[in-house]
Amino acid sequence: MSDAAQYLVTGLTLGSIYALVALGFVTVFSVTGVINFAQGEFVMLGAMLAAQFVQVGAPLPLAALLAVAGAALVGALVFEVGLRPARGASELAMIIITIGASTAIRGAALLAWGTDPRPLAAFTPGPPIELAGAAVVRQSLWVLGATAAVLVALHLFFSTTAMGRALRACAVNAVAARLVGISPRHTGLAAFVLSGAVGAVAGVVLAPLSYATYDMGLMLGLKGFVGAVLGGMANPSGAVAGGLALGLLEAFGTPISSAYKDAAAFIVLILAMLLRPGGLFGRGLGRGSL
Amino acid sequence: MSWLGVPRRDWVILAAVAVVVGAAPLAVSRYYLSILVTVGVYGMATVGLCLLAGYARQISLGHAAFYGLGAYASGLLAARWDWSPWITIPVGVLGSGLVAWLLGRPVLRLSGHYLAMATLGLGIVFQVALNELTELTGGPSGFSGIPSVPLAWLPFNSEVRSLYLVWALCLALLGLALWLVNTRIGRVLRAIGESELAAELLGLDTAAWKVRVFALSAAYAALAGALYAHYVTFLSPAPFGFMFSLELLVMATIGGLASVWGGLLGAGIVVVLTETLRSALPKSLPGSSGELELILFGLALVAIMALRPSGLAGLGRVLLGRWAPRAALATPTEAVEAESVGEAARVGS
Repeated sequence: MSDAAQYLVTGLTLGSIYALVALGFVTVFSVTGVINFAQGEFVMLGAMLAAQFVQVGAPLPLAALLAVAGAALVGALVFEVGLRPARGASELAMIIITIGASTAIRGAALLAWGTDPRPLAAFTPGPPIELAGAAVVRQSLWVLGATAAVLVALHLFFSTTAMGRALRACAVNAVAARLVGISPRHTGLAAFVLSGAVGAVAGVVLAPLSYATYDMGLMLGLKGFVGAVLGGMANPSGAVAGGLALGLLEAFGTPISSAYKDAAAFIVLILAMLLRPGGLFGRGLGRGSL
Repeated sequence: MSWLGVPRRDWVILAAVAVVVGAAPLAVSRYYLSILVTVGVYGMATVGLCLLAGYARQISLGHAAFYGLGAYASGLLAARWDWSPWITIPVGVLGSGLVAWLLGRPVLRLSGHYLAMATLGLGIVFQVALNELTELTGGPSGFSGIPSVPLAWLPFNSEVRSLYLVWALCLALLGLALWLVNTRIGRVLRAIGESELAAELLGLDTAAWKVRVFALSAAYAALAGALYAHYVTFLSPAPFGFMFSLELLVMATIGGLASVWGGLLGAGIVVVLTETLRSALPKSLPGSSGELELILFGLALVAIMALRPSGLAGLGRVLLGRWAPRAALATPTEAVEAESVGEAARVGS
C-alpha cells in the first residue's frame, strides 16, 4: 500500500512538470498553429537561470522571477526573429524553425554554463514528510503548489483580461479573430511569452529535484509534447490531464521494469491513441479552445 | 522531352552528379571523400523521407529507427553469423520494409500530430530496445567487427570503393524516386497529400497507399543504414536516436520536401554546413568548440526556413531569373496556403 502511495506522489510530481510543459505546447499551438519544439529549452532556461542567479547571491524569489522573465524574453525572441518572418509557411517549415531555435538555445546554454550539472537548493530544507505511508520530499509539494498556482493564474488570465480573451478568440478561429481587429502578431507574441514563462516555472521548481543541465530540455520537451497530444492538443485541462497521466504511467511502470520504463510508456500511448484517436481527454481533433 | 515520364532535365542533372562524384577521387583528399560518402548515405534516407513526408504528407518523427534497423540487421547478420554483406544488406532492407509495413497498418490510421507522436514513440522504443538487448546488440557500447562490402576486385582504395558503392545506390534510388513520382503512383501520393478525403472520394485506397509509401521510405532509410554499418564497421545506439530522426526531417525540409532532389540537396547542405562549422570555427576563433557550432547550425536552420520555407530546391532557377510557376516550387496546396489569409493569420502579420 505504501508503495502505491509512493508511486502516486512521484507520478504526480513528475506529471505536474510534464503538465506545465504540455500547457506551453497547447497555448502556442492553439493560438499560432505551431508545434514549438523549443518548449523544453524554456524549462532548461528556467532551471539554469535560477541556479545561476542564486549562485551569484540573489535571494531565491528574485532569482526565480528573473529566470521566468528571462525565459519569457527568449520565447518572445523565438517568435519575433524566427517565426514571424516565415509567416504563411507550411507547418513543417515552422516546426523546423523551432527545432533550429531549440538547437541554438541549447548551444548558447552550453557556451554559457558548460556540461556540468548545476545544483539548486530545495526551497524549504528539511526531511521528507510522512504522508499515508509515503515519504514526500518537500520540494514535491512546491512542484504541486506551483503547478496549481500557474493553472489558477492562467485561468484568470484567459477569462478576465482583454489579451487573454484575444488569445482564446485566436484559438477558436484565427481568421474571425483577425476580422474583429485582433492582431495575430500580438497574440502570437503573447502566446510565446506565456509559454516561455510557464516552461520556466517548471524548470525552477524542478531544479532542486534533479540538477539543471544544458541538455535537460530535449527529453522534458518530448514528454510534455506527449502529454499535450494525449490531452487532444486542444485545451489546457486536457494538457494537464495528459501530463499527469504520463507522469503516473511512468511512476507505476518503474517497478515493473525500470529499463523499459520509457518504452513501456510510449507503447501504452500508441495503443491509447489507436483506440481513442481523438485524444484521451480531448473532445476531438484539431485546434480547440483555450 | 522525357524518358520514362521523367523530364530530361532531371536525367541530365542525375548524370552530371554521377560524373562529378565519379571524378571526385581524382580531385579531392580522403577527408572530403568521407564527407561525400556521408552525403550519399543521408541523401538516400532523405529522398525516401521526401516521398513519405513531401508527397503523401505523412510526417515521421521516428525514421532513425528504420535507418537503425537496417544498420543493425545487416551488421549483426554479417558480424555474428558471417553472412556476406551482399546477402545481409538486402535482408536488412526487405526486413525493415516488412516491419514498417506491419507497423504502418495500425499507425498510419492516425494523422497529423498523432502520427508524429506515434512514430516518435516507435523511435524511442527502438532506441530503448537497442540499449537493453545487450546479448544481441552489445547494449550502449555497441559491437564491432562488421565486414566491409566485399568489392576488392575494384581497382581502388577502400574509401573510393565505399564512395562508388554508396553513390551508385543513392543515384539509383534517386532515379527510382524520380520515376515513381512521375507515374500514377506519384499522382496518387500527391492526391493523398493534398486531401485524403478527396483522394478517397476518387476511389483510391488511401490506407493501403500510405502503408506502401511508409514501407518504401523505411526501406530507403534501411538501405542507407545498412551501407553506413558496413562503411563504419562499428555500431552503437547513439546515432539512431530522436535527434537523427529530427536531422533527417531537417535535411528533407531544407532541401525542399516536395521534391526528390530536395532530399539530396538538403543532405548535402546539412552535412557540409556541419563539417564546415566543425573545421572552420576553431581556426577563426581559437578556443571555441562544439558550442558555437550548435548555435550557428541552429541559427542557419532558422534563417533558411524563415527566408525560404518551401526549401532550397528550385532556388537555382529563381536565381537564374527563370521564374518557374509557383506551383512548381511548392506543391499547389503550399502555394495556395501561402497566399490565403487563413494561413497568414496563424502566425503574425
